[in-house]
Amino acid sequence: MDFDFSEDQRLLKDSVDRLVRDTYDFEQRKTYIAAADGWSRENWARYAELGLLGVNVSEDHGGFGGGGAEMMLVAEAFGRGLVIEPYYACVVLSGGLLRHAATAPIQDAYLPGIAAGETLFAFAHHERHARFVAHHVGTTATATAAGWVLTGEKSLVLHGDSADKLLVTARVSGGVRDTGGIGLFLVDTNAVSKRGYATQDAMRAAEITLDGVVAEAVLSLDAWPGIARALDEASAYLCAEAVGAMEELLAITVDYMKTRKQFGRAIAEFQVLQHRAVDMKVQIELARSMAMYATMMAAEDDADMRARAISAAKVQVGRSLRLVGQEAVQLHGGIAVTMEYKAGHYFKRLTLIEKSLGDTEAHLERLATMGTAF
Amino acid sequence: MDLSFTAEERQFREELRDFFHTAIPDRIRRKLREGLHPSKEEHVEAQRILNARGLAVPNWPVEWGGQDWTPVQHYFWQDELQQASVPFPVPFNCTMVGPVIAQFGSLAQKQRFLARAANVDDWWCQGFSEPGAGSDLASLRTAAVLEGDHWVINGQKTWTSYAQNADWIFVLARTDMTVKKQEGISFILVDMKTPGITWRPIQTIDGGREVNEVFFDNVRVPAENLVGQVNKGWDYAKFLLGNERTGIARIGISKARMKRIRELAEQELDGDRRLIDDPVFRKKLVSVEIELKALEMTQLRVVAQERHLEKGKPNPMSSVLKIKGSELQQATTELMMDVMGPYIAPFFEEHDLEFGNEPPVGPPDAATAAPMYFNMRKVSIYGGSNEIQRNILAKAVLGF
Repeated sequence: MDFDFSEDQRLLKDSVDRLVRDTYDFEQRKTYIAAADGWSRENWARYAELGLLGVNVSEDHGGFGGGGAEMMLVAEAFGRGLVIEPYYACVVLSGGLLRHAATAPIQDAYLPGIAAGETLFAFAHHERHARFVAHHVGTTATATAAGWVLTGEKSLVLHGDSADKLLVTARVSGGVRDTGGIGLFLVDTNAVSKRGYATQDAMRAAEITLDGVVAEAVLSLDAWPGIARALDEASAYLCAEAVGAMEELLAITVDYMKTRKQFGRAIAEFQVLQHRAVDMKVQIELARSMAMYATMMAAEDDADMRARAISAAKVQVGRSLRLVGQEAVQLHGGIAVTMEYKAGHYFKRLTLIEKSLGDTEAHLERLATMGTAF
Repeated sequence: MDLSFTAEERQFREELRDFFHTAIPDRIRRKLREGLHPSKEEHVEAQRILNARGLAVPNWPVEWGGQDWTPVQHYFWQDELQQASVPFPVPFNCTMVGPVIAQFGSLAQKQRFLARAANVDDWWCQGFSEPGAGSDLASLRTAAVLEGDHWVINGQKTWTSYAQNADWIFVLARTDMTVKKQEGISFILVDMKTPGITWRPIQTIDGGREVNEVFFDNVRVPAENLVGQVNKGWDYAKFLLGNERTGIARIGISKARMKRIRELAEQELDGDRRLIDDPVFRKKLVSVEIELKALEMTQLRVVAQERHLEKGKPNPMSSVLKIKGSELQQATTELMMDVMGPYIAPFFEEHDLEFGNEPPVGPPDAATAAPMYFNMRKVSIYGGSNEIQRNILAKAVLGF
């Protein structure tokens, strides 16, 4: 067991930390949000240049050849900076799907485009009544002479409005919540109708309608095992992103407590407030431990063991981020419920992470059903 | 970064597990498993078996019987020992006074005390807390005055665990009244048979007889029993409490409790449904398991940080372990009461439980569930209360 980073990992960490420090202060971030796409193409090109878009893409496909630990480093840094570019949608989710649920020729065709920052992918998967059941797929796929024809409604498609290509789940056979019979298809965004909107955390998403769209390519006709794996990796990424965001939020809160004066002294001098900040720290350490655990276990081949670990991490991180987010706001006072101050924006991103890929209750329920967490 | 254990690490762990399960008699381990208290003789028996294999004091310097292990190996030792329900080597000897003597004591003290402590030829107890000095330990008033070649000690200690078993007591005493309170304290080793020492048991709400008051009335102690330098005792006490905190998470004990809770919940019927099949109960169980895993990973991270830290310097992160570890130990006692339901009510003297003088009322372990819950409220109070741990973190980590 070794918690230390390798030389390469340290270099990656330094470079992504520096990037976030230099390009992502709160005022700079506002200009990115105001851009035409709702995020910065210039940043995207910079990430490509630094190799961040190919961190987990193999060297054969023009990537860095890294794994979970490398993704964790990026996630933490992006969490600290509240980075809004479509990294999660394109690199983490779509990249993961291509790596775990696509044939070699498809990987050869599309992974280099992700790593180079040339093609933007989004994952069109969630449907209106799926709640947190990841294998809920009602969209249909029908084989015709023209190819696979997809019909259905996809919802909450992260960065679906600016994506070039969509990875779409559609049912080849079976019932809406069967894990078998789920196909994964490549669709050009121009072939669908979409309604883009902002999300609470200043990112973007879209509602996508597939009205007899012919798929451009088939990734898999039995995609669930690969999707499950990609989603587990994505959960580990979100856990690490939350840890980065929580750490920064605590640092902001502690700084604020040391400068804000009431009753003639810094509020940091009040023990009752100090202890609340310490409780945030304790929760962050537990979350960090489980984010690391999730990162390690996301590479586990046994799907059952992997699921337990990911669920456990998601529960811990979900609980931690609730406490840390709420307490950060409370310790700040009114300033933290304003748009013009950064703390509230961390609170918002953290809140949305909790409701992504299964919330705390859903994962607790899953573990309770499985019998034991370990 | 590689968070999996190596093949050698896993083998080391399995060998320890085998040894603990086979070498330590089940009649002793069963008691801990079922929430009973092993006797002094059983503690000594178990520790001597460990000591013969070099497994009683692995945390000590190698020349005094310790092991040259990696932090991960040390963690396995503790975790497997606790999971096997082996009585922990007498902590007053092994994690408290032993390391202090090994680090700060004279050669003569090391030769005289360390091997005997490792083998429990002497049973030590702790003379720190006083009626007026709990969390504010440094305000202690028990005084030692040098008269010729003897310290003369007067005062009172309290919460002294197992004074009734003890041959020796290590005492924090005030040796200079004129300086800042932390700077006038010394660390002195006292033979419990010295004239002028008396003790009185304090029964705790679980019915247990674990803690005592110890009184010092003109107790004359040879000057050579001072550890290290005069008036430096506070430094040694902080060193001792720092050591205590790293081990205080007791994750292995909580794991063993969770295993037992599961076993009992699989047997216990609610009408014709097993308690383990109650979805609400299962969620509670899984919740604690998750937190235990998070704590274990945190403990491993703290363990891994050790080699980057200055030797002997306390890691403030161990306060996180103390806070969360104590809360989880307490959480397991609540879960156990959930299993027992109304059967937490009957009270039996431990003597009757141990010797089967009375048939049990209700499910197995019911009689120890409430006492365990009552007793374990102590863990967030002792070893530096959880509020003191928060003070430490506020200062050392958050810079308040």
